[in-house]
Amino acid sequence: MCCAMIDEKELRGKLAYDETFSCVQCGYCLPACPTYISFGKEAHSPRGRINLVKLAAEGKISIHDMANPIDLCLGCRACETVCPTNVEYGKILTSAVNVLAEYREKDRSRKEKVLRDVVFHRALTNKNVLKLMGKGLYYFKKTKMDKVLRKSKILNIMPQAIGRMESITPAVKLPLNRQNALSAEKTRSQLRIGYFSGCVMDTIFANVNDLAIKLLEIGGCEVVTIKEQGCCGALQHHSGERELAVNLAKKNIEAFEKYEFDYIVNAIGGCGAALVEYHHFFDENDIWFERAKRFSALNKDISVILSKLDLPFTKSINKNVSYQPSCHLTNVQKVIDEPLKILKSIPGITYIPMKQKDMCCGSAGIYNIVHHEESMLILDDKMAHLKNNIPEVIVTTNPGCHLQMLLGVEREGLSDHVKVVHLVEIIAEACEI
Amino acid sequence: MNGHIEVIVEKLIEAFGDSSRVLTEVQDLYSYSFDASFGIYKPEIICQPIATDEVVELIKLAAQYKIPVVARGTGTSLSGGPLPVKGGIVVDFSLWDTKLEIHPDDLIAVVSPGVITSKINDKAIEFGLMYPPDPSSAHVSTIGGNLAENAGGPRGLKYGVTKDYVLGLEVVTAEGKVIRTGGRTMKNVTGYDLTKLIVGSEGTLCIITEATLRLVPRPLATKTAMVLFDEIVDSGHAISKVLRSGIMPAKMEIMDRHSIIAVEEYASLGLPIDVEAILLIELDGHHQAINEEMIRVEEACMSVNARSVIVAKDDREAEQLWQARRLVSPAIVKIKPTKISEDATVPRSKIPEMFQRLKEIREKYNVHLVVFGHAGDGNLHPNIIADQRDEEEMHRVEQAVEEIFEAAVSLGGTLSGEHGIGLMKSPFMEMELGKDGLHMMKLIKDAWDPQNILNPGKIFPEPGQRFVLRND
Ligand SMILES: Cc1cc2nc3c(=O)[nH]c(=O)nc-3n(C[C@H](O)[C@H](O)[C@H](O)COP(=O)(O)OP(=O)(O)OC[C@H]3O[C@@H](n4cnc5c(N)ncnc54)[C@H](O)[C@@H]3O)c2cc1C
Ligand code: SF4
Ligand code: SF4
Repeated sequence: MCCAMIDEKELRGKLAYDETFSCVQCGYCLPACPTYISFGKEAHSPRGRINLVKLAAEGKISIHDMANPIDLCLGCRACETVCPTNVEYGKILTSAVNVLAEYREKDRSRKEKVLRDVVFHRALTNKNVLKLMGKGLYYFKKTKMDKVLRKSKILNIMPQAIGRMESITPAVKLPLNRQNALSAEKTRSQLRIGYFSGCVMDTIFANVNDLAIKLLEIGGCEVVTIKEQGCCGALQHHSGERELAVNLAKKNIEAFEKYEFDYIVNAIGGCGAALVEYHHFFDENDIWFERAKRFSALNKDISVILSKLDLPFTKSINKNVSYQPSCHLTNVQKVIDEPLKILKSIPGITYIPMKQKDMCCGSAGIYNIVHHEESMLILDDKMAHLKNNIPEVIVTTNPGCHLQMLLGVEREGLSDHVKVVHLVEIIAEACEI
Repeated sequence: MNGHIEVIVEKLIEAFGDSSRVLTEVQDLYSYSFDASFGIYKPEIICQPIATDEVVELIKLAAQYKIPVVARGTGTSLSGGPLPVKGGIVVDFSLWDTKLEIHPDDLIAVVSPGVITSKINDKAIEFGLMYPPDPSSAHVSTIGGNLAENAGGPRGLKYGVTKDYVLGLEVVTAEGKVIRTGGRTMKNVTGYDLTKLIVGSEGTLCIITEATLRLVPRPLATKTAMVLFDEIVDSGHAISKVLRSGIMPAKMEIMDRHSIIAVEEYASLGLPIDVEAILLIELDGHHQAINEEMIRVEEACMSVNARSVIVAKDDREAEQLWQARRLVSPAIVKIKPTKISEDATVPRSKIPEMFQRLKEIREKYNVHLVVFGHAGDGNLHPNIIADQRDEEEMHRVEQAVEEIFEAAVSLGGTLSGEHGIGLMKSPFMEMELGKDGLHMMKLIKDAWDPQNILNPGKIFPEPGQRFVLRND
């Protein structure tokens, strides 16, 4: 395999070897890890993965030997939240992903290279492509072309995963025109907010962004969506496209530095997690490190800001509602109580706690496409917890989770009974906007 | 050792009827090569049984080919119990968590070996009952592992440890025979007590495939106090004084000054850092009874020079007080990453003296030693914090640990109160048991497992085996 040529010292430098020593192998992370619970193998536990990375760094196993467990990690980081010794699992994982990406680059087939290039370098980072995709999806749904296509079985030639995802993708609305420059005068006590719209979010869930902005405005904030912003780089970061992720981070930092915002707000648990950790993209000695840290400190999830505002609830929502937290919101951004607090304050709602709600749903960025079967194992475990007490609405805070929950609901044959909405949507409904 | 691995794998898959539970990939072999102590030992095969028949088949194969069989729960052992030091088959029981029955009228639970310990208590609570053994690792470790290590926890003071709650076992012997020991009754004197022999045998005598456990009524309420001491010796006196005033607390846990400081630096809970020790005392029982008992606890502590006693007003406040104890482990590993957890235990009356010895050892070897744990039953947890990568320091730590063992034994205590002997402490067995005592144990092992296929290399030291705390 590729690994014979790898220099051991060089490898140790690239892997987060020192960080692996904080793991005392107590196993406290096992019950929190969705892949361990669903696959039932220690290699797919946080403790197992850390051990494999350490052994790879020591040259006791080859990189190839750690590849499968690392590839199948969701990156949900629930293990960090429960770890009694604060192991920096995120760093260990990223280092392993990067090393694997680097050494695989050589072995990758041409076809795969082209595909990665299109997805990571072009599609995700190119606003126009995404807009087109968004519009495409919009007209696709609107004209019912989807039904025609589905009938013609053309979707069968796509990988099964993409086909399935497509079948549950919600109707797309085009984004509204938004304020994209600061007003000259700032009223006192008014929060100035830079809105981070996110790329996938702004195509498939543009509607959620529009509602979020409206809610902030109703709550008395000035909200600006600057045009210079771009993709957050999270997916690239998780897939070992390090250089690309760093460049995207720099662009965003630069773009937002030009304005004086009190906060930069997003409604996407996953992107938000990357934004609050931009400084981890850089070496501590890098001049960008401090800039990134300042930027990161400004970034907040929409629920954090909304929970501070006076929201004018006018409509009762008399429904049984469950909440599926986004792992990245919980474990990386550490936003845990705010979404629940707002949710419970909505008049009429009966909150049904979901059993083991902190377990990842298996969506995890593009995991449910790349590792579709494994993802479905994890999703089925999640849905099993739902069955005893089926809610009418499942609230999410991240587009990935949103799509995955839709898929889960469909797989259980519950599409007619259970609605999946973003937190922002249900708040907006209660405020009748 | 074995040119037969491929044949064994093939036959195992046939016996299990499921190739996904027989693992031989490098990623898997290394993932079952460790536990929460030290050392990496690669097995040749992993299998994950979920039925007694499967265990029988695999033991028969192992006996036929004379290949070691090492049981494993979730690998939280602190003494090297599940390490396959001689290679062979690691039998991972973590998937076999399928049986957890509560029989409320008999006050018993029947469980399969892979059930996570805390789930037994969670389920018992639904019936107003309790499974008392509460090792700190209860939410991760398996009942099989607890039985094999005879695990205990804070509640051990009042309620005893795992062995006090086992009524009967189903086990597979080294010959592949299924036997049942004990039964479902509280009293049972039919022949030798094999149940108690197997509990704590660390997978060296047989494999446990089912257990019948005793449950007790759940106490109605609990009440917690935090007691501060300027002198650590007084905290030792307080323990005896409370116990002699007619009260049996459910828990009595101690934190020494070094652990208090570590917790404060870690989490700023507002603990006083100028005291030498904190005792956390929990009473359980009827509301009225424990309110009265708490007054007596306060009096007892104050009479032996406690600085003050803080009694939690409600469960929430109690939770806050216990938070300090829970944070000790995360706090101390902030200082250095490697934690060596010992659990030498001494008779209660010797607690003050043991503290003195530990203080001397700390200074003599210049190691970062903190003491916390189940003070009420003499099961102190001297923990040394070090860095595995520092050879010289680890050498000092090894010497310090050896001296801790010597101190405990010379005070009439034992090497291990709950973590077991495993690989790590076997070199000290003779020191505590004497040549003849160890020999009698060895005779039992030889009778049950004449081919030495069950967890070889554990409990009994190899000739010339030394105490080491390093990974290579
Ligand atoms: C952070 C931490 C805190 C801890 N706190 C405590 C504590 O408070 N009290 C305490 O007593 N211990 C404690 N321990 C130690 C450990 O959790 C216990 O020894 C526990 O019983 C081990 O269970 P396990 O499932 O992890 O078993 P493993 O570690 O996998 O195995 C332990 C032993 O049991 C044997 N075994 C496992 N299953 C079977 C079976 N079915 N049949 C036969 N043999 C079997 C193995 O061969 C091995 O010898 C702690 C450990 C950690 C890491
Ligand atoms: S909880 Fe933390 S220290 Fe324990 S095994 Fe998991 S990662 Fe390691
Ligand atoms: S990030 Fe999630 S999936 Fe990966 S090891 Fe941690 S808990 Fe498991």
